Amino acid sequence: MFAVEVHNLRKEFFRRDAERSRLRRRRRRRVPALEDVTFAIERGECVAILGQNGSGKSTLVRVLSTLLLPDGGSARIFGHDVVAESRAVQRLVNRVSVEASFFKKMSSEENLAYAARFYGLPPSKTRRLIPEILERVGFPVDRRHEGMEDLSRGMQQKVALARALLTSPVLLLLDEPTTGLDPRSKIEVQEFVEEVWKTQDATILLCTHDLREAELLAHRVGILDRGRLLCLEPVDVLNERYGADNLEEAFFAATGRAFEEEEDEDAERGVFA
Amino acid sequence: MREAAAALRHEFIGLSGVVERNWYLVKRYAWWEVAFFFWTAANTLTIVFIAKGVQATGGKIDIDRLTTILLIGAVIWSYLGIVFEILIETVAWERWEGTIEYTFMAPLTRAVHLLGTGVFAVLYGLVRATIVFTVIAAFFGLHMPNANFGSALVLLAVASVSFVGIGMMTAVLPLISPEKGTQFGYVAQGLMLVVSGVYYPVSVLPTAMQWIAKVSPATYALRGMRRAILNGAGTGALWGDVWPLIVIGVISVPLGIWVFRRGELHSKKHGKLKRSG
Repeated sequence: MFAVEVHNLRKEFFRRDAERSRLRRRRRRRVPALEDVTFAIERGECVAILGQNGSGKSTLVRVLSTLLLPDGGSARIFGHDVVAESRAVQRLVNRVSVEASFFKKMSSEENLAYAARFYGLPPSKTRRLIPEILERVGFPVDRRHEGMEDLSRGMQQKVALARALLTSPVLLLLDEPTTGLDPRSKIEVQEFVEEVWKTQDATILLCTHDLREAELLAHRVGILDRGRLLCLEPVDVLNERYGADNLEEAFFAATGRAFEEEEDEDAERGVFA
Repeated sequence: MREAAAALRHEFIGLSGVVERNWYLVKRYAWWEVAFFFWTAANTLTIVFIAKGVQATGGKIDIDRLTTILLIGAVIWSYLGIVFEILIETVAWERWEGTIEYTFMAPLTRAVHLLGTGVFAVLYGLVRATIVFTVIAAFFGLHMPNANFGSALVLLAVASVSFVGIGMMTAVLPLISPEKGTQFGYVAQGLMLVVSGVYYPVSVLPTAMQWIAKVSPATYALRGMRRAILNGAGTGALWGDVWPLIVIGVISVPLGIWVFRRGELHSKKHGKLKRSG
């Protein structure tokens, strides 16, 4: 059984045009966010999906974490359909996204405690687990009573990692977890992700637009461009397939655009970053 | 059997998590709570002083009785406001903090999530309403020799089930309209109270509004509370107000959960279940 099995997954959104028609009405147009995306991830594998802003990475993560309903195709997590068996999927999955997202006035301990309750962890367990897991992610445990708003961005992201790991997910969805972090925090988070993958029986789907991060952490790398998954292979196979020396060149060869190039068209697509 | 017990335990822990989180927030915003208390007290005073005003303009009234009638109306108004506000913030506050996605992807049934919020709203609302009632009653030196506060509390507790059910329906509004949904919750609160005899008897309303009053739980809550506090009616004597509240509660809670669930599915379909909406 695959950890993740996605078949012809489709998602589209409606967006209103900025300009009005002759009848003074704004036309609604369909914007495809995911177009017939198909792939599978083995248990214990770490897979990275590369893509620019608006390529559909976050839409994919949101569908897999039951926050979005797909318009077509299917997605299964350890055999459970994300739509029909969403509760079963929710028990298996957790996620870290680009924004740490916490109740800012509450402390890291309080944020972790209440989040853990939603996964059935009682106070007797979290009292012991929270300091342990904060220590593991490199968070100074004596600061666990401070409000989140008083912590640096890097610290907050470590708490976000702790929140995800507290529930022992078998599938960890990482949606640009190091974007916006300073270089040191970025390395710390990457090292921790690597440690989690090695020490826990976790499958990791990493969506990023950091080429080095993808190359460093993932067994296979996929390129998602304008909602289409163009390929999903080990880095060396990918480079060979596109006759490239590195991932950046491979990305350019696959999409026809440089990786750092963010076209207006992408922004206008209006899909999730 | 064991599986069912484990599932029930999981849901109970989840429910306690919702209450726990709201308690943390009250603690962290303690000074704001004090400020809001003064605001509620000032609002209540504004209404209750009307009784003094009527007396000052020559109206022949039982001043203590009118003051108590208005006080009960104002306290129920603020209580309902608190319950609706906390339920509406189920979505609105989480969206503002950015935690909405983490909450909605957690393995917690929506019913338990909403009920947990409702339980906290009722407990918190009862504490605040009791303090406001006590402080304002002391301020005016009101004497309530016949008051049966026990039956008044029982009635309010029964009415709270319906308030939570209706609050669940309004909580869906910020999911559908992130910009205006929260404010519309207050509109719902105002509409409910205007037909429920908050500061006047329902009998003064036009016939059509009186019909609407029959399906509003606030009508029975206000009438029953007044009978308990002014006339000392016991729970048995209040049965005429209790049974409609039970019926409305039995209908409104499942309906509220169903409406919220529909709103959640709509949001999941259209990608609104995220920070920016």
